[in-house]
Amino acid sequence: MEIIKTKLYNLHQKHRAKFVPFAGYQMPIQYSEGIIVEHKYTRSNAGLFDVSHMGQLFIKGDNELTNDLEKIFPLDLKNISLNQSKYSFLMNEEAYIHDDLIITKVKDGYNIILNAACKTQDYKIIKQLLNDKYEMILNSDLSLIAIQGPKAVNILEEIIKGPEKLNFMNGDWFKYLDEKIYITRSGYTGEDGFEISINNDNVEELAENLILKGVKLIGLGARDTLRLEAGLCLYGHDIDLETTPIEANLKWAISKKRLENGGFIGFDKIDSQIKSGTKRLRVGIAPEDRIIAREKTKIYNNNNEIIGEITSGTFGPSIQKPITLGYVQSKYSALDTKVLLEVRSKKYPAKVCKLPFYKKSYVKGAN
Amino acid sequence: MSDVKFSKEHEWLKMDGDIATIGITKHATEMLGDIVFVELPDLGSNVKKDGNAGVVESTKAASDVYTPVSGEVVENNQAIVDDPGKINNDPENEAWFFKLRIKDKSELETLMNKEEYDKFAKESGN
Repeated sequence: MEIIKTKLYNLHQKHRAKFVPFAGYQMPIQYSEGIIVEHKYTRSNAGLFDVSHMGQLFIKGDNELTNDLEKIFPLDLKNISLNQSKYSFLMNEEAYIHDDLIITKVKDGYNIILNAACKTQDYKIIKQLLNDKYEMILNSDLSLIAIQGPKAVNILEEIIKGPEKLNFMNGDWFKYLDEKIYITRSGYTGEDGFEISINNDNVEELAENLILKGVKLIGLGARDTLRLEAGLCLYGHDIDLETTPIEANLKWAISKKRLENGGFIGFDKIDSQIKSGTKRLRVGIAPEDRIIAREKTKIYNNNNEIIGEITSGTFGPSIQKPITLGYVQSKYSALDTKVLLEVRSKKYPAKVCKLPFYKKSYVKGAN
Repeated sequence: MSDVKFSKEHEWLKMDGDIATIGITKHATEMLGDIVFVELPDLGSNVKKDGNAGVVESTKAASDVYTPVSGEVVENNQAIVDDPGKINNDPENEAWFFKLRIKDKSELETLMNKEEYDKFAKESGN
């Protein structure tokens, strides 16, 4: 399969990006200044992320579609307002996760943002679950960029009027050049920010414009350290087809009403896991030393028994400490539980800790 | 830096009597990205040519550090353990890794000079 370049490929190159193949796309992992500078710039200023590899799925429909989507997603879609976004997941009957996603109610239906590696499969699964009743477009004419950081709102406002009024996890249509573009206030860094869905023909101009106003391009490397500091899951690592939302500690994303009444795929398993608990849970783990425990690092108790595994680990540039996410047997999931991490055949002390590692600074209206 | 030798694993080595100072090359740091952690061989330990002699971790991944010659570790650079960012800033001077007392100087013969290494680094691309 030929590797795909996003419409910002030339811009990445101009900013001396190092590229890596990611989910079939040639994506920038970092630019000339490196991951730490990019990470800190996003936290103090504003960063620009090309996330055009992600799937932008539009499903056209009315109330009947809302009903049908409620059979798939554990959300109270009937009661979310127009232009409101929700974090959710596509599950199988066993409540294992095919993908995690953001779904937004729009005028003629729903927009769903999907992970790049999962989007084609998700499209097929959703199409089948909806019995092919609705028009579905996995859009390839649109690019997607995110602007994230404390200065994102002011910088974006200089170019496009209106998005500064959005609440967190809400979107709307705005005008750029002669095009209507859809912007949501959301992101994956723990910072305030926006995700902008824009026609392929105009994305480079908007990106250049944002850079002129002081935004810096940020690669996938810093995107990973930022999301990990914010305690957010990465699909394929922290959640996958072997984990359920309850094990992943994502119960908050399931509507309370839907938990009472059920009627969505995976409900039985979720209901039973809530009632009788799970064997394992996703937690944050903080090593005591400056030791970095990467994905697949084994977690031990004091009796030298394996009690779990790390699913993501790096060094947090803002908190200046190593950080990890992982699954442990539930009895070891309480805060401050002491565990050991095996790195290069040596065991290092660590503790179960609170998430996020870095305090989020979303604007009001967050959920 | 004409007396500096280089290995295919992207380490540099500088001799002073029978003491070799060893670090990683600028080219290596550019490939690794921002270094956030370093582990050095213990003082007094003996390391073997081409054997493992520490670890560097960038924000992205961990990589082994090898020693281009055999010897006894007589000094290691705590300054880079406390502030690994120094390795990216000045890898071929201030941010040396460790010093070895070497016995067999013939091991140096297989190493490259600067010109050879630059060519090697450029061609290997890794």
